[in-house]
Amino acid sequence: MSNSSIEKNMANAEKPETRDEFNVEIDGTVGSPFVDNPKMSSRNCDVFYADKQAIFNVNLDIAKHEIIAMIGPSGCGKSTYLRVLNRMNDTIPICRVTGEHTLDGEDIYAKNQDPVLLRARVGMVFQKPNPFPKSIYDNVAYGARLHGLAANRSELDDLVEASLIKAGLFKEVKDDLLKPGTGLSGGQQQRLCIARAIAVDPEVILMDEPTSALDPIATALIEELMDELKANYTIAIVTHSMQQAARVSQRTAYFHMGHLVEVNDTKTVFTNPEHKLTENYITGRFG
Amino acid sequence: MAFSGLSRLVTELCSTLRHNGSDQRESPQKHYLEGNMPTQTILITLVALLLFSYFLGRKRSIAVSMSLNEGETPLHSRPQYYGYLVAIWAGMPAILVLTLWSSFNAPIISSLTVASMPETQNTQSADSIGLMMNEIINLAESGKAAEHSDSVLRNAATHYQRLQGISSLAKTAVVFAVALVGMLIGWRLISPETRARNKVETVIRWMMILCASIAILSTVGIVFSVLFESIHFFSSVPPTDFLFGTTWSPQTSMRSDQVGSSGSFGAVPLFLGTLLISAIALIIAVPLGLMSAIYLSEYATPKIRAFAKPVLEILAGIPTVVYGFFAALTVAPFLRQFGEMLGLSVASESALAAGLVMGIMIIPFVSSLSDDVLSAVPQAMRDGSYGMGATRSETIKQVVIPAALPGIVGGVLLAASRAIGETMIVVMAAGLSAKMTINPLEAVTTVTVQIVTLLTGDQEFDSPKTLAAFALALGLFMVTLLLNIIALHIIRKYREQYE
Ligand SMILES: Nc1ncnc2c1ncn2[C@@H]1O[C@H](COP(=O)(O)OP(=O)(O)OP(=O)(O)O)[C@@H](O)[C@H]1O
Ligand SMILES: [Mg+2]
Repeated sequence: MSNSSIEKNMANAEKPETRDEFNVEIDGTVGSPFVDNPKMSSRNCDVFYADKQAIFNVNLDIAKHEIIAMIGPSGCGKSTYLRVLNRMNDTIPICRVTGEHTLDGEDIYAKNQDPVLLRARVGMVFQKPNPFPKSIYDNVAYGARLHGLAANRSELDDLVEASLIKAGLFKEVKDDLLKPGTGLSGGQQQRLCIARAIAVDPEVILMDEPTSALDPIATALIEELMDELKANYTIAIVTHSMQQAARVSQRTAYFHMGHLVEVNDTKTVFTNPEHKLTENYITGRFG
Repeated sequence: MAFSGLSRLVTELCSTLRHNGSDQRESPQKHYLEGNMPTQTILITLVALLLFSYFLGRKRSIAVSMSLNEGETPLHSRPQYYGYLVAIWAGMPAILVLTLWSSFNAPIISSLTVASMPETQNTQSADSIGLMMNEIINLAESGKAAEHSDSVLRNAATHYQRLQGISSLAKTAVVFAVALVGMLIGWRLISPETRARNKVETVIRWMMILCASIAILSTVGIVFSVLFESIHFFSSVPPTDFLFGTTWSPQTSMRSDQVGSSGSFGAVPLFLGTLLISAIALIIAVPLGLMSAIYLSEYATPKIRAFAKPVLEILAGIPTVVYGFFAALTVAPFLRQFGEMLGLSVASESALAAGLVMGIMIIPFVSSLSDDVLSAVPQAMRDGSYGMGATRSETIKQVVIPAALPGIVGGVLLAASRAIGETMIVVMAAGLSAKMTINPLEAVTTVTVQIVTLLTGDQEFDSPKTLAAFALALGLFMVTLLLNIIALHIIRKYREQYE
């Protein structure tokens, strides 16, 4: 819960209904977490870091060709849940994920499912830009080379250029493609990571605060890109900017202390939230 | 106490340089010890004085700042800096004087003593004067100078004793006078205009520079001493013979009419032997070390890592002499028997045995350093790769190792120079015969082994046989230097590319 909303609640502590508001029971998810024929879905998802539970019984569907925004206070488990969807949590030894998770109806945690192939289908842009210590070109070509997406050098060149253009970085770096990616500014690095992710042509793109290091112009570029990508891809984006969530997403999921509190149309969430906690969070930010 | 350590170092260095520079056979150790007792007392008193001046300066600056009126410029720095400043003024010039005095004391007194002796004695050659001086000093220090039978020596020794006494008294007086004057200057400096903090900073900077230059100067000193002796060597053996000759038999005979009196100093077989053994060692150590580092940092659970890493590092702690007899007594006979089984003839002292064991020895140099740099690669970078659908080994190969490469190269080069300079294992297991061969089953000899054999036993200092050791050392040094330059170059190039 954000500070300002706590303060507000403290100030109104005498009023019985706001006192209520302060310890709202979280009992399942309100709104409409389920859709027909989802691209990805989770049922009864719990995540533990060693003994500490970070996600509590999350049930959520992500529709095809939609952008779903995940919002919530810091530490509420947005990144953790996002990492469930492409099994990135497998790389953390103490992390344990339970529940059923599907991609196109296929169990992604099944024994015979290869997390490596899954991650090629469900790409990810991380919260902190993490370019490889390679040239800009090699950074973008990395996934394509791994998965053999380009038959020859000129195809690879085209792919790299197209991905950089989509990520809005090409103009800035077109003469420095062989310079190290780590030498770019923070915002450029993040766009490089986005270019890298879309270069492997995934079906789903998970974006963890992709624009937190970007200026408004680059942010607008990325948002435009997401809008374009929506036609072919499914996107889940974690963001701390509610304006961004409102601008780009069709649905919004509100997480609170590991619980999925509310999922609704973005418009509904921001104008007429069903759950008190969602309302607190949104009004706390907006007002 | 840093001062005393420093000045000891300086004194020692000076006496070493003096020893190297001149050929006189005096014992610098003696002078050093003999001049040391009063010097030590002076130093301790100086340190006490330094502390005292610090507190004095601090107190004075507090008093000054209290006495300043409203509106006047306050003291530039905090009181402790004025304390440091006074202490520096009290200490630095005094210590400088002390150091200079201590290092020029011995030669001046010696030459004064010699000069005071009768004509017949002080026109001898430098060598015999040195010997005589030794005797005089011994006599003077034994305290039995007055009882000696030879009147010349007796007089010289008492003269020496007297000079020594005057010098030490004068030294004490001068040093403390300088210290007190310095203290006074420091004291007078305490005022709002003095930027004590900046001054102290400058002094500290120069002290750091001094320390660094001592390290550098010692290296330069060693290099030059090796260089000059090598030049000396090359005046009797042509450099081309040394560099390109393929026969190494440094045995020179006592009488010049014997056969083979000249000896031959072709160093190629030695460097070849060093190269062969080091190559075998690296072939063993680099893959094993790198693989174990990768396993430890990327695959092992924290439990296994916590156990395996220290165990690996124990390998580096085993004394090389243990490796040496392991190589000579266990590995070499085993290889011989094994070779016989296959129908190969393996020498009982083979390059392979020495190289194998040396390889095991340097594994931790590769693995420990590589493991550190691999573990330092940020998890986010690995995540990025996994997130693109890369497997673990692809991630290691394409992202982790490239990111860690400078460190890995550093570890390998460290291991290589260790292998090249390693002595004990090869002395015990590689043999002494200088053969032009790259067959690992034969006995070879290395540069280090030959340096050891050249210098053990009774040697004539000026014979080419002894001087050859310096030339070999110079060669060895050149090789390691080259190795380091290459390493730096690789690392810098890599940095430019990826940072
Ligand atoms: N690698 C980890 N090991 C242990 N605990 C973790 C780990 N990663 C996250 N957690 C814990 O899980 C909880 C959720 O973290 P998560 O990173 O998912 O939050 P978030 O919603 O993404 O926050 P933010 O908005 O600050 O990024 C936190 O309490 C955090 O301490
Ligand atoms: Mg996060």
